[in-house]
Amino acid sequence: MLVEFAMMHAWLVPLLPALAFLVIVFLTRPFEKLSAIIAVGSMAIACVIASFAAYGIFTNHEYTKTPLVYAAKWLSLGMPGVTDSLMVHVGVQLDPVSAMMMFMVSFISTFIFLYSVGYMKGDPGYSVFFAYLSLFGASMLLLVISSNLLQMFVAWELVGLCSYLLIGFYTHKISAREAAKKAFVTCRVADFGLLLGLLALQITFGTLNLVELGEKIHNFQEYTSIGMLTLIAVLVFIGPIGKSGQFPLHVWLPDAMEGPTPVSALIHAATMVVAGVYLVGRTMFLFHEVESAMQLVAVTGAFTALFAATIALTQREIKRILAYSTVSQLGYMMLALGVGSLTAGMFHMWTHAFFKALMFLAAGSVLTALHHKADVWEMGGLIKKMPITGWTFVIGGLAIAGIPPFAGFWSKDEILVATLAEGHYVLFAMAAFTAFLTAFYMWRMIFLVFFGDEKPENHPQESPWTMTVPLIVLAVGAIGAGWFGTPWYNVWAEWIYFGEPHHGPINYGAMLLSIVLAGSGIYLAYTMYLKDAQKKRARKLAEWFGPVYRMLYNKYYIDELYLWFNHALVDGTARLFYLFDLYVVDGLVNGIGTFTKSSGDGLRVFQTGRLQNYALIFFLGVLAVAVLVTFTGPSAASLVLGGVK
Amino acid sequence: MDFPILLTILLAPIAAALILVFVPKEENLTIRSVAAAGTFVSLALSLYAYFTYDQSVGGLQFAMQIPWIQDLGVTFFLAADGISLPMLLLTNLIGFSAVFASWNINSRPREFFILLLLLIAGVMGTFIAHDLFIFLLFYEVVVIPIYIMVVIWGSSKRVTKEYAGMKLTIYLLIGSAFLLVGVIALFVKTSAMSGVPDMSFTGMAVVARQLSGFDQIWLFGLMLLGFGSLISMWPFHSWSPDGYAGAPTAVSMIHAGVLKKIGGYGLVKIAVFMLPAGAAFWAPYMAVLGVAGVAYAAMGALAQKDLKYVVGYSSVSHMGYVILAVACLNVIGLNGAVANMFAHGVMAALFFSMIGFIYEKTHTRWIPDMGGLARQTPRLAVGFMMAAMASLGLPGLISFIPEFTIFIGAFDVYGGLAVVGIAGIIITALYVLRAGANTLFGPPRPEYNHLKDIRGPEMVPLIVLGTVLVVGGLLPSLLFDMINSGVVPLHAAISDALQLGGKF
Repeated sequence: MLVEFAMMHAWLVPLLPALAFLVIVFLTRPFEKLSAIIAVGSMAIACVIASFAAYGIFTNHEYTKTPLVYAAKWLSLGMPGVTDSLMVHVGVQLDPVSAMMMFMVSFISTFIFLYSVGYMKGDPGYSVFFAYLSLFGASMLLLVISSNLLQMFVAWELVGLCSYLLIGFYTHKISAREAAKKAFVTCRVADFGLLLGLLALQITFGTLNLVELGEKIHNFQEYTSIGMLTLIAVLVFIGPIGKSGQFPLHVWLPDAMEGPTPVSALIHAATMVVAGVYLVGRTMFLFHEVESAMQLVAVTGAFTALFAATIALTQREIKRILAYSTVSQLGYMMLALGVGSLTAGMFHMWTHAFFKALMFLAAGSVLTALHHKADVWEMGGLIKKMPITGWTFVIGGLAIAGIPPFAGFWSKDEILVATLAEGHYVLFAMAAFTAFLTAFYMWRMIFLVFFGDEKPENHPQESPWTMTVPLIVLAVGAIGAGWFGTPWYNVWAEWIYFGEPHHGPINYGAMLLSIVLAGSGIYLAYTMYLKDAQKKRARKLAEWFGPVYRMLYNKYYIDELYLWFNHALVDGTARLFYLFDLYVVDGLVNGIGTFTKSSGDGLRVFQTGRLQNYALIFFLGVLAVAVLVTFTGPSAASLVLGGVK
Repeated sequence: MDFPILLTILLAPIAAALILVFVPKEENLTIRSVAAAGTFVSLALSLYAYFTYDQSVGGLQFAMQIPWIQDLGVTFFLAADGISLPMLLLTNLIGFSAVFASWNINSRPREFFILLLLLIAGVMGTFIAHDLFIFLLFYEVVVIPIYIMVVIWGSSKRVTKEYAGMKLTIYLLIGSAFLLVGVIALFVKTSAMSGVPDMSFTGMAVVARQLSGFDQIWLFGLMLLGFGSLISMWPFHSWSPDGYAGAPTAVSMIHAGVLKKIGGYGLVKIAVFMLPAGAAFWAPYMAVLGVAGVAYAAMGALAQKDLKYVVGYSSVSHMGYVILAVACLNVIGLNGAVANMFAHGVMAALFFSMIGFIYEKTHTRWIPDMGGLARQTPRLAVGFMMAAMASLGLPGLISFIPEFTIFIGAFDVYGGLAVVGIAGIIITALYVLRAGANTLFGPPRPEYNHLKDIRGPEMVPLIVLGTVLVVGGLLPSLLFDMINSGVVPLHAAISDALQLGGKF
């Protein structure tokens, strides 16, 4: 009964936080506590509904084949059949993938909202923060349950808006303002590609509904060529490159850490940034048909994973390290999708949401305790004063490094196995090496922040329960979320897959390799940053590889390159255009004006107002006529003068 | 006879203007109230007309005809269809808001509001006239108040207000001169052909569509020049940034919001409707000019430091989309064209009203002199950001779906050219966000600490236009069902004519 209701009313899930947004903005803004309760409460109810709906989906295998879809007309143009027409629906599509995602987003949101209650205490924009969070929750959930790509695009842009608003939440900070702008514009560039892809899909296939598109693209030869389809797939993929922070449009994500920490956890780690992965997963029917697009996805993913991990090695700010690790993990997910494993990609997204949200929230707890001192080198030994924060962070660290039985191990293993099974040995090597780097940089941070000697100037204190409870809940997820998909007991693969469920054979070799890599990464970090109290080796290494170190620390100078491009090229061209407008176009207009005026001035010479001049001209005229008549005779003169006899 | 609703809508502001003549000029509040009441009557009635229009029947409704100059076939013919009703509603939404955006006008308020009311009435007249002569008459009526208002209540920055007013007026007049020549020629040709002079849109169109391809081409060319310079089609756009910068807030709102839409409206409802073969000939050129305008003006906007210039260039850029959309000559494109005019009107009016308040309070529009206003004037910042977001086509606000439909229509017909136009959304995001960021965010400046946020009557533009912005974005069919009911028959008429005559 409840399950049935939840499944047929899944639109309530985004609607509730949307209402919370409206209520907070228009009614409860002056009452901070009430605003927070409304935001957390509405998201919690949404989470309950989502859980029931997900339960309904995950108890009936029918939905893996035929999703539950219901929709209403949103817009209809033209007359179908008579003229060119356009029909757009808003609807809900529930299947295991979207049900999982809907549950994951609402669950994690609930706890991050709760965390924010404590974290944001004392902020002048307290209520507004919860309004934005609610709007984000609504948009993200709308994106997840969308039954068509236009609706998804709408939500896609709305989550971008929320991201913009929340990154720039501390409006008085210039860095926040610039980071917000950067995020929006970078994603805009990517969305331009996505929009073109959607337009091409609409024009070629006449629909943007996921189910219909799936069927039509399966027989795409009836509509278009493989070349065109490849182009469409590549265009669509540009969107996720931006949203999910893939190389080369990853630049906005680390800067996005300017926002309050719950925002980093929710939007820039667990939910919004995986929207790109989700979109590729949702349009797997498109990518599946185009081999080269799949390769593009896989290579982009693997490269991003490795690339971001190398940058993370050298960063000093706690949230930046986490941000680069997010970019890197998103690369893993893309890699999984690119090698054709929706199962592995979604699985890693699921586990990552728990352990990465956990680590961000724990980082937020650390930052609060240290009054927003962010450099990991200025921290140390925090675990004694902040045991809950510290140990939950350690759990997150074990999960992301890939130590069994923590969640990250199982999902990373799935990806490695899937890459190997498809015969992508180079990508496998990249992914495996990234796993080693990940373990190393994560534990570098953990050793520096939580272990070693305490710094006397820091006076940390454990955070209040509203902050620690979410940490504990997410830590449970970071331990257990991966148990759905162990090689011996893989429920995950039975529900979430594209085409046919595929269980790879249990690959003990890969498993062993990833444990060894993770373990050695942690051990290396241990020897360099904990055992060696003076960190001599770390310093020496940085000196030996000076140029490399600086390049990594400066993020390969990509930001500088873009900045130069923006300022020199775009702004330069803009100035040029403007000068052209001022001097050429306007010059022409003013020129016409001046010409009119000066010809007026010229003619004014004759308008002297002196009677004798007029009389003189009159006399000359008469004289001319007389001469004409005298010399040519009246008939010829009448030709010129027209009838004057 | 039914209640003459269109006539009432048209006369309400004029009546208010007449009343104002007899109000003593010191009665500040009375003056504003009368103006607000006049525009409110029009707004309420045009909302009523909008929602009682029977879309299933379609065609011209609320019609009213009074024969006037029978020798010339002129009738005082007012009527509305699915294309004119949104524009009528838009005029009144903006007109009503403009009164409140001018609430703080202190120099000669009575004269100001009289002229404003006449301006609003004139603009409305062009959208409900169904007779070419009457249309032109209203169009010319509009020019006079604009000039006076710019020159008296305008502001001189980069250019003097006198220059701005001159430029605006002369452009409008030259545009209308081309138009006039076109209309006269059209009238002569059609009346010679049918023997019965008829200036009504439909009557004239039936005959005009039978004109030879050559005649249609040069007639359409003249109209394109006229309407094109009115809608600031590239390269006839340079009046727009200067003009808006010089004009007082209310004039900028009305001019950018609705007046320049007369150009797009005329293109669709007169030029394309009557001369489809001419339109088919000119369409590719229009598409090129449209895209050029989008890209060029977006780049121009990027280089601006005066807020009004940013929005001025931005409006040229957005009108490029409208021209591109008209050039598609398909149902989706034409729908997008009309809808985008509506959407841009709301957005531009909100933008200009917010900038007007910023200017009124800070006495500057120079972006480098501002920053951090979001802290001092949060409501103003909300309005500004809403307009900015609508301007960059954020889904969920009114302008996304119109742009999307234009992109579909244009991508289908013009392919690569359309892609260049669509790329404009990136540049738009860049300049709009930059202007917003540098004005509203960053460290608040101490010299603006004393500023009072907008409140009371000043909130009306934000509430009215902001509501339309959001509602139109969430429920696009409210707008599109109406427009579609006007576009489908129009498209049917022109495609019939094109099929009979063969595509040129």
